[in-house]
Amino acid sequence: MSESILNVKNLQVEFKSGSIITRAVNGVSFALNKNENIGIVGESGSGKSVTATSILRLIPSSSAKITGGEIILNGRDLLKLSNREMRKVRGNEISMIFQDPSTSLNPVFTVGNQLIETIRAHKKLTKKEAKQRAIELLELVGIPAPEKRINMYPHEFSGGMRQRVMIAIALACDPKILIADEPTTALDVTVQAQILNLMKDLQEKLDMSIIMITHDLGVVWEMCDQILVMYAGRVVESAKVEDLYHNPLHPYTWGLLESQITESQDSHAPLASIPGSPPDLSYEIKGCPFVDRCPYAQDICHNEAPKLIEPTEGHAVACHFQTETEKLERRENAYINGDTIRS
Amino acid sequence: MPTSMETLLEVKNLKKHFPVSSSIPFKKSNQSVKAVDGVNFNVYSGETLGVVGESGCGKSTMARLINQLIKPTDGVVTFKNKNLVEMDAEMLRSTRKKIQMVFQDPYASLDPRLKVGQLIAEPLVIHKVETKESRRKRVEELLEIVGLNKRFADRYPHEFSGGQRQRINIARALALNPELIICDEPVSALDVSVQAQVINLLKQLQDQFQLTYIFISHDLNVVRYMCDRIAVMYLGKIVEIGTYEEIYSNPQHPYTKALFSAIPKKNPFEQKERIILKGTVPSPLNPPSGCHFHERCPVAMDICKAKAPKAITTENTHQASCHLVH
Repeated sequence: MSESILNVKNLQVEFKSGSIITRAVNGVSFALNKNENIGIVGESGSGKSVTATSILRLIPSSSAKITGGEIILNGRDLLKLSNREMRKVRGNEISMIFQDPSTSLNPVFTVGNQLIETIRAHKKLTKKEAKQRAIELLELVGIPAPEKRINMYPHEFSGGMRQRVMIAIALACDPKILIADEPTTALDVTVQAQILNLMKDLQEKLDMSIIMITHDLGVVWEMCDQILVMYAGRVVESAKVEDLYHNPLHPYTWGLLESQITESQDSHAPLASIPGSPPDLSYEIKGCPFVDRCPYAQDICHNEAPKLIEPTEGHAVACHFQTETEKLERRENAYINGDTIRS
Repeated sequence: MPTSMETLLEVKNLKKHFPVSSSIPFKKSNQSVKAVDGVNFNVYSGETLGVVGESGCGKSTMARLINQLIKPTDGVVTFKNKNLVEMDAEMLRSTRKKIQMVFQDPYASLDPRLKVGQLIAEPLVIHKVETKESRRKRVEELLEIVGLNKRFADRYPHEFSGGQRQRINIARALALNPELIICDEPVSALDVSVQAQVINLLKQLQDQFQLTYIFISHDLNVVRYMCDRIAVMYLGKIVEIGTYEEIYSNPQHPYTKALFSAIPKKNPFEQKERIILKGTVPSPLNPPSGCHFHERCPVAMDICKAKAPKAITTENTHQASCHLVH
């Protein structure tokens, strides 16, 4: 067993808009092990980004609130820290990179300025030393001619180069955990391959763990050890990536895997898809959140929310029928059904 | 699958150079971005032609050039034996009924202040097709064709999810019984599960109405599933074109080889060796000399810097532009 460095327990996040309360994250728990990567996947609106930003307490305080749970890092509960203490955690122990590299850099400052700002905010270095460190960081993330590039503005960089700069900033203080929120979604395929390779390299060099948020299962297979499938603000399945790929348990995960188009997909047969759309989280969900889209749903699914259980060691699932004694038979073509949307 | 090899659309030496304003005020600049730089291809009746390439390679500009949303700098676009580039406005408008578009972002392409019914009826109104009463019937019929409830005609776009909006877009594109639909990244903004629904719908409509598609995408698996033939674009040029089988089993251009090596395998844990390209797509403002790809090419030779390669036919319909291809 490797030791876990970050433990999220029963995290609850609510968004308030007028009198409507949306439960964006509803009881999410996971543990991040040292030198391991965890991938969080799910459709848009499933709460994966909110979970990640909540770890750093970066969700907007005016509308959102963490209403319950614990986030344990090195024996401390991050939710109980003061803002001043939290500021030391951000960037220093846990860093984050975001989806869109063109909006996450400040256009009016040079890349060097933004790097030096981060370094000096956390470390007692002179300007000169910080600049030296900034150049080293740019070199580390594979930016050619860093001495020159450091004086350039973000608009002079391409998308892939900007994401490299973002990674350099995130790594400025040798964090042990890096949260990457869809780091390659805005990039082209050939550049995506470069960035993923870079992240893998850096992880080995710097001894980090990565929390990778993505809707692209391909990225998870390539980068991660553990996978967390989220649906409607909850974890519906979590396992080692190989286990999940070879033996997915939750019907939603089956649907996700089946709707991926792979090279063996027969181009004359229709594609599998999950009918309907995710539930509105501003209403109380009584039963299983997936019940309206599940081809296997039964009475109990409408009335009782399934608990997250572990039928086999290290592989958890939230479904009434995936117990040790009872298993759902995976029907072929369960997700290939007409094209009409239920209204 | 194309039933006959009847040419529906022919594009010859199509070019679009966007002028760039000079950094010095009042000084004329003679620089231009060569977004599309001499593209040739045919589209046959009933087939789906996929166009793949990275952002900035000119895919979307090419789509807009085909139906003359922007005027080309040079070149000929022939649709059913008529040259669209030289047509007068009125003639163009009536010809364009048969060429429709579906755009990438279903949130930006529907006017939020119009009801779904009005949105779908808009092409009918513009082209003065049918009467007011029969238009409503046509709208309801179209909604049902794309798998939506006909009552949705009285709702506004914000009430719908991304996948449903894309269906509304498709219904609007179908309103005038087009022959060619240009789909510009129609599923890129959608989640995987919904993506599959929309792709299934597009395929089913193609069979039902004998449509021809030009399908622009950067997702090679989607393209493989949808398309009969593929054109690979790089920096304003088509570097390789052919049927999917030809390109997939035997890619000729080094760029195509790199792109296709990134396709996920059926079992992702037996990932094959990936070709990782150096650098990024160069600026079309100042493209590299000779072959535009030579700076990133793993097998570049001296001649590649000096001379731009010509398109060479290797098999029946398979063409590639590379000095290494004979």
